[in-house]
Amino acid sequence: MSHFALSRRSALALMAGAATFGLTGRIAHAAGEIKVLNWQGYGTDEKWALEMFEKKTGIKVVHDYFNSEQEMLTKLRTSPGTYDVVLMNNIYVMEAAHEGLVQALDTSKFSNFNDLTPALRDSDRFVMDGKHFAISWVWGLTSFAYNTKKIAVRPDSMEALWDPAHAGKVGWRDDALESIQIAALATGQDMNAPADIEKIKDKLKALKTQIKTFWSSEDEWNKYMAAGDYDIAVYWSGSAARSKKAMKLPVEFVVPKEGAIGWFDGLTIAAKAPNPEGAAAFINFMVDPEFYVKWDNDIGAPASANAKANAQLPADALNRTVLGDPEVVKRVQWMAPISDEQKQKNQELWDEVKTSFAR
Amino acid sequence: MAFTRHTRTVLALTAPAYLWLTATVLLPLAAMFYFSFLTASPLGGKEVRFTLQHYADFFTKEIYWYNAWRSVELGLYVTAICLIVGYPAALGLAKYVKGRWREAIFLLIILPFWSNALVRTFSWTMVLREPFNILFSYPAIVIGLVHAYLPYAILTCYISLQAIDDSLIEAGRSLGATPAQTFRRITLPLSLPGVLAAIFLIFVPVIGSFMEPRILGGKDAIMLGPIIEGQFITAFNWPLGAALSFTMLGMVLLVLLVVMPFLNRQMARA
Repeated sequence: MSHFALSRRSALALMAGAATFGLTGRIAHAAGEIKVLNWQGYGTDEKWALEMFEKKTGIKVVHDYFNSEQEMLTKLRTSPGTYDVVLMNNIYVMEAAHEGLVQALDTSKFSNFNDLTPALRDSDRFVMDGKHFAISWVWGLTSFAYNTKKIAVRPDSMEALWDPAHAGKVGWRDDALESIQIAALATGQDMNAPADIEKIKDKLKALKTQIKTFWSSEDEWNKYMAAGDYDIAVYWSGSAARSKKAMKLPVEFVVPKEGAIGWFDGLTIAAKAPNPEGAAAFINFMVDPEFYVKWDNDIGAPASANAKANAQLPADALNRTVLGDPEVVKRVQWMAPISDEQKQKNQELWDEVKTSFAR
Repeated sequence: MAFTRHTRTVLALTAPAYLWLTATVLLPLAAMFYFSFLTASPLGGKEVRFTLQHYADFFTKEIYWYNAWRSVELGLYVTAICLIVGYPAALGLAKYVKGRWREAIFLLIILPFWSNALVRTFSWTMVLREPFNILFSYPAIVIGLVHAYLPYAILTCYISLQAIDDSLIEAGRSLGATPAQTFRRITLPLSLPGVLAAIFLIFVPVIGSFMEPRILGGKDAIMLGPIIEGQFITAFNWPLGAALSFTMLGMVLLVLLVVMPFLNRQMARA
């Protein structure tokens, strides 16, 4: 030990040196850094893309993740000045804009802005008083995917999730809103304003013998599907493409005849973003065909809001064949924003359903 | 100043701990307690009013009190199994194992503490899936929690067991008592404080657990813990989540108040 012992003075000098170095190093770093808040494994954190972006702009991208949209809002509310780019489902953008969590965007800073599909780009979910608060990034569908090795005939109805042939082999997301909307579609109702809530509750309770366990992230979905826990599971279209391509799972995504839940996501800049310029550059890169086509080809992605990007996909890509099919898009019901009161009612209904599972 | 030297010493020794506890435990808890009487979370940027509705919900809505009972039931199972398994192990360690073996066995008991709780729980998902096939069920939750809390039972029981003077037991034996009688009349009563400490250390955190039920329990995961988590994370209803937590805490304290005099008498007799 004594060989390595330092005198008190030299130890202090070293510590002071390290402290100064750490401090200046950090300041120099922050100028070329942005912090992104997103779901894990959802495009913005692709390693190759970040290297590509850093090479182009010199900006380093760091990530923080959320497991639910409420968690994302909570993080924005409780840590202002921490995040630059924040991924947001369209239904939360206006809520966040009203609360002053995200900033109005100068659309001239985004060179790809004019190529974005107008219906998504200028949706009233993103625009308030003529100002954009989010750049439309990707869109997709929520319904279900199945294991082609376990289920031979492609199911075409939501009822497949209730089919006794798949009892104890169904995967479900532990999410009140998504559960209620799927049950609404299955019972032929308007998922944004279902008329018969009791019917939805009974439909969900009937899942007791069907569900194996709940998943809460794409990573969990992949694990449970690979382990054979699920034969069929509620899922997101972009994630399904990723599970098939990147994880090599034998799964197919289905848009059943009853329809599917449609969602579109935007990229926002936090109100007190430390690096708004860097954030804008990153968002523009995210909607660029150069990034998107490689993302969908190599990894699997939801459909891009950039029409030029979708057009460059191979002819057999899910995002061109299925999501690009106008007949499919007609069956989609688009998610609408909901009030806090409704959220609480949904949560209670879902807790009641889950309690009935455990009895 | 009228402080005696003794008082000052006591203050100097205890002040850091109390300041720390006030800042890190009491203040956040007080804030949560305040939130539990509001109509919405004050962080949400909305106007808030005073209400007792969340506390009323606990007693009037079946999903809350039924799941509170499920949490208590889980706490009872886990605590009971921890003691049934842990007490004999502690007895063996305190009275029959000596020297290096004791150290080695202790290390094995404490080892789970050194790994992250989440990692431990996920490793259980692998074990419970393959040979046993009980993953995503109620027994899986109990197994995961017993594994996490068993060291508390062994350590607290061990401490009070090894403090028992062996000559007391020898005296009992020499006066003609059977081993079962010496255990029942001498060892068990004297080790009661350790058993009680184990019960409090295990029961209280288990009724609030949410991570183990969610990962291991599948469809049987719903308890008050996961419901509270849902109110905080997905519904953003902090007031209701806080009210549910404090109601639970209140009920545990109430049970303690009722049971305490009886326990004190038991220990005084021992």
